[in-house]
Amino acid sequence: MGTGRKANIEDITPNIRPAPGGRPDPAAAPISRRNWKRILNLRPARIYEAVVFLFFRLCAAVILIALLAILFQIMRYGGSRISWEFLSQPPREGMLAGGILSPLMGTLAVSLITILFSLPFGVATGIYLSEYASQGRITWLVRLCIRNLAGVPSIVYGLFGVALFVRALHFGTSILSAGLTLGLLTLPVIITASEEALRAIPSSYREGALALGATRWYTIRTNVLPYAVPGILTGVILGIARAAGETAPILFTGAAFFLPSMPRSIWDQFMALPYHLYILATQHQSIEDARPVAYATALVLVSLVLALNSVAILIRLRFRRNMERP
Amino acid sequence: MKKLLIFFCLLMTVVVSCAKPGSEPHSASATVQIKGSDTELNLVQRLAEEYMKKTPDARISVTGGGSGTGIAALINKSVDIANSSRAMEQSERDQAKANGVDPWDYVFAMDGLSLIVHPSNRVSTFTLDQLGRIYRGEVKNWKEVGGADSPISLYGRQSNSGTFVYFRNTVVKGDYSTEMKQMNGNAQIVEAVKSDKNGIGYVGLGYIKDRNTGQVISGIKALSLRSDGAAVSPLDPTNITSGKYPLLRPLFHYTNGKPTGMGLGFIQFELSEEGQRIVEREGFLRINEKYKQQNSTKIG
Amino acid sequence: MMRSASREALIHYSFAAAALFAVGILAGIFLLLLTEGFPVFRHVSVSQFFSWNWNPNAYGQPEYGILAQMLGTIMVTVGALVFSIPIGIGAAAYLSEIAAPRTREVIKPLVELLAGVPSVVIGFLGIVVTGPWLARSTGASNGLNALNGSLLLGLMSLPTIVTLTEDALRAVPAEFKAASLALGANRLQTLVRVTIPSAATGVIAACMLGMGRAVGETMTVLMATGNALAPPSGFLDSVRTMTATVAIELGEVPFGTAHYHALFVIGFVLFVFTFVVNSVSDLVLLRFQRKMQG
Repeated sequence: MGTGRKANIEDITPNIRPAPGGRPDPAAAPISRRNWKRILNLRPARIYEAVVFLFFRLCAAVILIALLAILFQIMRYGGSRISWEFLSQPPREGMLAGGILSPLMGTLAVSLITILFSLPFGVATGIYLSEYASQGRITWLVRLCIRNLAGVPSIVYGLFGVALFVRALHFGTSILSAGLTLGLLTLPVIITASEEALRAIPSSYREGALALGATRWYTIRTNVLPYAVPGILTGVILGIARAAGETAPILFTGAAFFLPSMPRSIWDQFMALPYHLYILATQHQSIEDARPVAYATALVLVSLVLALNSVAILIRLRFRRNMERP
Repeated sequence: MKKLLIFFCLLMTVVVSCAKPGSEPHSASATVQIKGSDTELNLVQRLAEEYMKKTPDARISVTGGGSGTGIAALINKSVDIANSSRAMEQSERDQAKANGVDPWDYVFAMDGLSLIVHPSNRVSTFTLDQLGRIYRGEVKNWKEVGGADSPISLYGRQSNSGTFVYFRNTVVKGDYSTEMKQMNGNAQIVEAVKSDKNGIGYVGLGYIKDRNTGQVISGIKALSLRSDGAAVSPLDPTNITSGKYPLLRPLFHYTNGKPTGMGLGFIQFELSEEGQRIVEREGFLRINEKYKQQNSTKIG
Repeated sequence: MMRSASREALIHYSFAAAALFAVGILAGIFLLLLTEGFPVFRHVSVSQFFSWNWNPNAYGQPEYGILAQMLGTIMVTVGALVFSIPIGIGAAAYLSEIAAPRTREVIKPLVELLAGVPSVVIGFLGIVVTGPWLARSTGASNGLNALNGSLLLGLMSLPTIVTLTEDALRAVPAEFKAASLALGANRLQTLVRVTIPSAATGVIAACMLGMGRAVGETMTVLMATGNALAPPSGFLDSVRTMTATVAIELGEVPFGTAHYHALFVIGFVLFVFTFVVNSVSDLVLLRFQRKMQG
């Protein structure tokens, strides 16, 4: 910088050089334009950062607002129909009176079959991946398949369920077919939850038992698996929540619009909450009258699913905190 | 180990505790399975409800999916009664025969198909020919048929619907315009037309009448149709019973051979005076003499 | 001792068998879709299949072209990502960089809860809330169109993108960020020039998985996009997606007809697409994790 005034350190950092005898006195520095901006920290970079971070905060807010808006809308229009009668009576008068007991029971029954199928296989696979598997090619293949299973569209599971369970195995449209189809859908959820739960257990638990001469399976059974139960439970609950809310896989494997009474065996068709909502929203005769019932059904379904999810999250939090304790 | 054992025991008890029906795709014993037409869905469900109130050990299950779904299920031998708002096509009858199914049909109610538009629409009458041109997509603007200058917004059903097929065969006589929005059910069409000033849709008569007052529900306008001569409104019952209204169609049940047991009892109930009164209450029409005759020869 | 050893081996193999069962299912789905779908090509040529008109129950000659539906799927997916990628990354940046740990512990579960809302409920709200609102704001006569579908699908894929992006951002070693801050950069500069580029592969994987979620969604698009078969000319047009076609028509097809097989081919296309997306993002994530640790 040839021409112009020679830059002095005082101009750039008037506050840093200590005044003789003690702390620098900011009031003593001349307030030029450069100074007040620096004092208030208004450099362009700071403004930019504040704006962008505000945008980030807004993004997070959007998600929360969306969730709250959904809940609010459903509660506002559906809350008035909820009553003990609604939850304990089957639908009557063309679905407009009575309640949703049959769809509730149907969803429960199908979820039971789902868990009975996917829990053993899911936990077993989780045990294999966490305790027995080597880091080789086959393990990578298994993990890849599990992640892919989690991403298969739900209607493709429906196609598979129709072709395999309804047709080839002659189960027909039934709780069994729908439950097994949903079981395939929830399998990845339980596998990942089980594996994570088992991995979270410190290796010292295993090493101690093995050092004392226990076999691997004995070690797992007594020293590892019991402590993984909360984590596995998380997976089961999340799996049920997912299965309870799915419509596409049960559309053609067993859901019915109207049934006279509770299904008496797993070979029967069933009513289900999500399918009930779908019908009320798109195919009922008098949409005006059906709309409040649809909202109420949505409220019950969302409450059920969100309650299950919340319980799972709480268990997971507790579990992690316990595991972090030495 | 214990946990695994418990799971297996549970599994076994669940499986064993139910009587496996053999290789039949569905349990032929207790429940009468009815499936098919969305137009008929609510009506048959109400009839089933009333029938089960009268007959304590009757069990009837009703599912929708569209007439095509019901007929397919009948061909696949997975239902007892197929609801269909259209007649079976020859290709379907061939498929049924190939599968060992002998379709018998019963008409248990009649339906007037009405065309609806938004109340603000100036148009109130169409000929069938105009409707055909509109739904084939040849006429795209309301002003070409006497309305405002805005594009026509078409609503219809999906291909699994008997209403879709009936309307196509009777009015469109060709392929639907690909711009037609295909809604999931009659009710969705009503909803759509209510909020669309440029909309037009076809729905069963039972869907546009208020169940309590018998009047047209608010928010839509039903068009009169002109086949030759005067405009005929679907709202006037005499037009319907006299057969003057051109879009009048029978609603079918299809069974595999002659129905037996509870299925037969249910159909007989539907055809009885009490059943026909329920039909009318739900906004549909009684069967006329011709169909009464046809039915009686089959039920005996 | 020998008995115990062989018993142990048996248990080991049983668990391995369970794991291979998962592989078997995926292979089974692939094979079933292939075997149930392939017969359609006896009636329809491949080029006919990749044409525009889908009309299996035609008045005249049936047509099995899936391009209009593929376009519908692509449109709602792209539209969904336009919403969910910026908002998702922004929210993830908030959670990983700005939010206090306590706040994060509250907000993360809430994001997961959004993911738990069933698709049929979202579709229902699409019919009764966002559809009419869109119709009013855009002046279109009807709100059941691609834009409605995009909005809803964007909402549904947000939690996936947020969670995985946040994981990726937090996987960046703390030393990178500390070094950047020590050199005088502020938090935003660190984020934009150090953290995000390092996490880029992870973020891409997150977006791909969000895309996979949007492509495979069925009930929401079935209820909220209008299902018209015409190839859409804009986002305010009603669209038909591949998933909706299967959901609409699977119930009405007698088994063994060309229509039945055609639906399985559509299922196969969907399956292959999500398989490719998932596998690629898997490999991308693997590379990312190695980079972060190496």
